[in-house]
Amino acid sequence: MEIKVLQDILSANDRIAERNRHLLDEKGVFALNLMASPGAGKTSLLLETIKRLKNRVSIAVIEADIASSLDADKISKEGVTTLQINTGGACHVDANMLNNALESISLEDTDLLILENVGNLVCPAEFTLGVDRNVMISSIPEGDDKPYKYPLMFSVANAVLVNKIDLLPYLEFDFRNFSRGVGVVNPKAALMQISCKTGDGMNEWISWLLAEMKK
Amino acid sequence: MSDFYGELSGELNLGSDSYTIQIKVMHELAITQNVLDIALEQAEKHNAGKVIKINLVVGEMSGVVDECVQFYFGFLSKDTIASDATLSFKRIPITAHCYDCDATSPLEEFNWVCPHCHSSNIEVVGGRELYIDSMEIE
Repeated sequence: MEIKVLQDILSANDRIAERNRHLLDEKGVFALNLMASPGAGKTSLLLETIKRLKNRVSIAVIEADIASSLDADKISKEGVTTLQINTGGACHVDANMLNNALESISLEDTDLLILENVGNLVCPAEFTLGVDRNVMISSIPEGDDKPYKYPLMFSVANAVLVNKIDLLPYLEFDFRNFSRGVGVVNPKAALMQISCKTGDGMNEWISWLLAEMKK
Repeated sequence: MSDFYGELSGELNLGSDSYTIQIKVMHELAITQNVLDIALEQAEKHNAGKVIKINLVVGEMSGVVDECVQFYFGFLSKDTIASDATLSFKRIPITAHCYDCDATSPLEEFNWVCPHCHSSNIEVVGGRELYIDSMEIE
């Protein structure tokens, strides 16, 4: 006998993501999912963002890594609540992992929650989490072809930050090709050029973030 | 499910080159577990004794490797009524709308231009599918 199913394979994840969304809304927390390949600058962006915002908004950070607490140690030095989750070999955070992590965070005292997802351009894009915004970083050394090669990741991002623009004099990177790629898969994404090292573009990023938090 | 990942990633860590493979496999593992869960739930709902076939629809943009899902299904479905089930994958190409010639068509390979007028003024409108279409049970 053949039966029609028509069910999204990740619907169980999506249901938990919906619960996360309700919980975050109820507590008035703006949650950000930060994604990028390893080494693109997720932790650097976090540190620079925290430095600029910690006196204005109450920030909590969830650091997700396959193993180790190196990033959490760096972030907690900034004096913000930091929770380390090790995904135990998994390449992404799914809605259930986030749900468990939310139980350990004092959401009432948090305005902005940032999840640093596992460094990977494929898997994290597949799992909805129930956060307010997805932000991804693509860095100059990775090349201008990344939107074409990892379309799903670029398609789920509300903002795409091109990091390490201080390296532009030394590397070939065609911004027109890059932004065309982003436009094809996700014309609504905000596209910003930044350097966590020199601080270029950070004002634009912080303004974008604060504006999104008010929406 | 996290414990499960841990267990499996240990086994799959075959040496210094295994890192990328491990990441790829982990991604499909979660997907495969969900496929099995849905299939068993549906089978129970229909009082089935056996799952014969599961028909999956996978968009090219989802980055799911059929062989990986197939491999993990064999592993995960052991001792369930779906252990002999075959998986069928219907791949959906990435589809884009062209703002210049107004055609909506599947892209050829990953070349990111309209196949009709070769314009690059296009927007992706399909190819993210990831669902179970139907099943054969008895």
